[in-house]
Amino acid sequence: MFRDAAIIAGKDLRLEARSRVVISQVAPFALLVLVLFAFALDPDSGALSRAASGLFWVAVLFSGVLAIQRSVAVEGADGNRDALRLTGLDPGGIFVGKAVAVALELLVLEVVLGAGVAILYNATEDGVNSPSSVGLLICAALLATAGIAAASSIYGAIAAGLRVRETLLPLLLLPVLAPVLIGATRAFEAALDGKAGEGWPWVAWLALFAIIYAAVGLATFGSLLEES
Amino acid sequence: MTSLLNPPATSATASRSTRILGLLLIVGFALLLYLAFVATPPEQTQGDSYRILYLHVPSVTVAYLGCLLTTVGSLMVLWKGSDWWDVTALAAARVAAAFTAVVLVSGSIWGRATWGVYWVWDARLTSTAMLMVLLLGYLALRRLPADPPAQSRRAAVLGLLIIPNVILVHYSVTWWRSVHQGSTITRPDAQIDNLMLFTLFYGFLVFGVFFVWLMIHGFRIAWLERQVEAVGLEHAIAERRAEAGVVAPGAVG
Repeated sequence: MFRDAAIIAGKDLRLEARSRVVISQVAPFALLVLVLFAFALDPDSGALSRAASGLFWVAVLFSGVLAIQRSVAVEGADGNRDALRLTGLDPGGIFVGKAVAVALELLVLEVVLGAGVAILYNATEDGVNSPSSVGLLICAALLATAGIAAASSIYGAIAAGLRVRETLLPLLLLPVLAPVLIGATRAFEAALDGKAGEGWPWVAWLALFAIIYAAVGLATFGSLLEES
Repeated sequence: MTSLLNPPATSATASRSTRILGLLLIVGFALLLYLAFVATPPEQTQGDSYRILYLHVPSVTVAYLGCLLTTVGSLMVLWKGSDWWDVTALAAARVAAAFTAVVLVSGSIWGRATWGVYWVWDARLTSTAMLMVLLLGYLALRRLPADPPAQSRRAAVLGLLIIPNVILVHYSVTWWRSVHQGSTITRPDAQIDNLMLFTLFYGFLVFGVFFVWLMIHGFRIAWLERQVEAVGLEHAIAERRAEAGVVAPGAVG
């Protein structure tokens, strides 16, 4: 299964390396979202730096939806879904491979967005200097990304091949990711406030979410790939 | 094909037993209205505004029953590939969405009267709103035309996840914040008038029967919709064949 996962993840990442859709289109879009938040909230009032964690994760979710759309679209072209079924790869492996590729793309987006938030929103607080806060930020980001990637690979497969995929997928996916948004935002706030201890329960919460969706994906991806 | 356009009486969704059930429900609801608005006294602190809870609380129960049935039905579709459960899950999701809407609207009106605002960012309100969105997403997927077996499996995975999603959302927002009025009935020192309590439980009974009645009709409607789709497809194929039969000799010649 892990060999199959590596094949699929390698394929999706190679596609990205050659087409550069996420880097040249989704990452600039993510930065644009940050600028739009600044237009919506008065930058001088301090609202931006107070809400930096939440705005960061909302920007991750919005740009993440685009990354998922891309991940689903590459299977939709030229009957690739049928080809994928005919490869005989383990459905669980396909799920893990798609999710890992999305997760790595999301991590790149998060690095870009994190730099954007730190510079544009002036959000580098003193607390981040301590090692425990940095550890909290990294763990929360990794687990939240794993959860988003797992859940969105399932919902991407549910919406795959439908003509209304672009409009349906955000409606199906974003409510499901609400717990990740809440957990990741609280964990980041704790780290930025220098109260890392308050953030770790949320990290456990993010881990639970990622495990549940990984399990559901492994169990159901076979039925989702199957067509009539 | 005439039966498709002018359905005979036999394809109506009512049967003798559901008509009797429907009549019982009319009487049951009339008695519930009398109990809720006339017989029960006003509440000490909330006055008359509490009466909306006779609608609100049983509606929540029906909405949850609908969600539970959708998830169970989806599980059975994935497990057994059952058509019957697929139709049940769809019918239950429709009922659940309708009653979740009733819960949100009645709760907002009650909140305006009691708290002074239509909405507060409380755990139960927020997770109910998210449940509404999840159900709307499920129904949006079910509206799309697609091959029945593939469509059923997609919908089943989505339906299966409704309850786990609501639980996850609920715990995350509870942890996030909570100011909702605690459960009153289950508290040991519950101070609640006997007639009020009776009206509330009687409301559960009436809404429970209403749920059964809606499910029977909802199931029959969803089943007929599926038949229409199948018949419609056969009809379209027959038409194309007929066209081909006329056109083909000319094309060959």
